[in-house]
Amino acid sequence: MNGPFKRNVVIAGVAESDLGHDIGLTILQHQALAARRALDDAGLSKHDVNAVMAVDFLGLPSLQIAEYLGIQPQFTDTTVTGGAAFENLVEHATLAIHAGLCDVVLITYGSTLHSDRRRVIERGGIDPRMPPTQFETPYGDLSPISAYALAAMRHMHEFGTTSEQLAHVAVSTRQWAMMNPQALMRLPITIDDVLASPMVCSPLHRLDCCVMTDGGGAIVLTSAERAGDLRRAPVYVIGSGFYSTHHTISQMQNLTTTGAVVSGRRAFQIAGVTPDDIDVVQIYDSFTISVILAVEDLGFCQKGEGGAFVENGRLGPDGDLPTNTSGGGLSYTHPGALGLFLIIEAVRQLRGECGARQVPGAQLALVHGIGGWLSSHATLILAR
Amino acid sequence: MIDERPLPKPDHDSEQYWAAARRHELVLQQCEACAKFRFYPRSVCPNCLSDRFQWKHASGRGSVYSFTIIHRPPLPAFRNRVPYVLALIELEEGVRMMTNIVECHPADVYIGMSVEVTFEDVTEDITLPQFKPLTQGGRS
Ligand SMILES: [Zn+2]
Repeated sequence: MNGPFKRNVVIAGVAESDLGHDIGLTILQHQALAARRALDDAGLSKHDVNAVMAVDFLGLPSLQIAEYLGIQPQFTDTTVTGGAAFENLVEHATLAIHAGLCDVVLITYGSTLHSDRRRVIERGGIDPRMPPTQFETPYGDLSPISAYALAAMRHMHEFGTTSEQLAHVAVSTRQWAMMNPQALMRLPITIDDVLASPMVCSPLHRLDCCVMTDGGGAIVLTSAERAGDLRRAPVYVIGSGFYSTHHTISQMQNLTTTGAVVSGRRAFQIAGVTPDDIDVVQIYDSFTISVILAVEDLGFCQKGEGGAFVENGRLGPDGDLPTNTSGGGLSYTHPGALGLFLIIEAVRQLRGECGARQVPGAQLALVHGIGGWLSSHATLILAR
Repeated sequence: MIDERPLPKPDHDSEQYWAAARRHELVLQQCEACAKFRFYPRSVCPNCLSDRFQWKHASGRGSVYSFTIIHRPPLPAFRNRVPYVLALIELEEGVRMMTNIVECHPADVYIGMSVEVTFEDVTEDITLPQFKPLTQGGRS
């Protein structure tokens, strides 16, 4: 019973940098600002940190940010699994702390996605011989939107899911964003607004797709023992799971069932809880279809019933499965990778710090990261 | 450069595939150990890791597994093509590949639609396999 996930490791501090359009900070400045704020939040100093984890798609990100902050880590990790990476890093940090390899782990992310105007995520590095660049890019795929659009179209075909049902996800998420001062998009929207927004890749409209921002974030993990005298109430990591089914979208065997089936099952098993026990959910909502696939695959409803499940505000402020309470990638922020921000919001909900959007009495949160082209899935279960 | 359509750069795994496309032939690798076809081309079988395989002519027929109509060009090179259909085709050999559906109005494409290969000569060196609705006269 005394395994690494049995309330031995906690998230002690969380913070964002400044989020939005053209903030004017570099990637390292975003990370440094978020790191300082997260350490302040935890009541720790940089001298306490002996492990640094970061993700980027170029360079040696954990070494770079550690040097920038003047930290010499004895443990590091830079798992590159796309948007799911930060949920992976929390799993790795939990194991490393439990194993005694380090005491205090700082995880950072920073991005200038919006100000760089990088509209299309570059794949396979710059090598034109990699499989996606040989067998997909020449056909004009709009990555990653087109990959999620292919999944959405197939889901509609198999299960009768409708554009209106996809739009419900965007509307509910916006309702949460309206209560988050940090959210980029705070004006109310209707189902009709989503359906009337320009089609990008059918069936996905502009408002089925996440925003693009600059921004950064950081979280601090430590042992439960150490967290005893820290500033904030600890949030325990009690379950995690990872699964990857493919890299390139044309290699995904079943476009309507994702790796969340496996990552979710394992996270629930380790935590010893079920979907019914979860009070608040954060799902990587790069696109509305991502949320419908995830609620099915994580076991909140049956396969194929996700469309009907998300209707009538079920995921919104008055619904029984409060989901993406920050406003998510669809309305709050999406600086290239959202995974860290999902964790930040889950921690704040469990601490009861969310003001108008607080889910009353939230005890258990599920965080689900998705990376690549529905490629990687990482689930965390957090408890207050 | 970015105004030009991005084109594949054949490597050791794929040069025979692209050479066949240049001859307007669609070929697939078939594993000699487990008999499974695979796509995209690679040096080992993703089913059994055997490195023994043969190139086989594909039937060129398949059906639309899923598709999307692209309305926003990913690169300037696609500006004059939108809207166009990006599709995943399931070939009769049991493999799936990405392609465009051509010679048909995007609004007429549907999942399950029968299609057959056609070839677009893009440059001297590169020909892209594309798919079009299976014609009435097509063998079945
Ligand atoms: Zn084989």
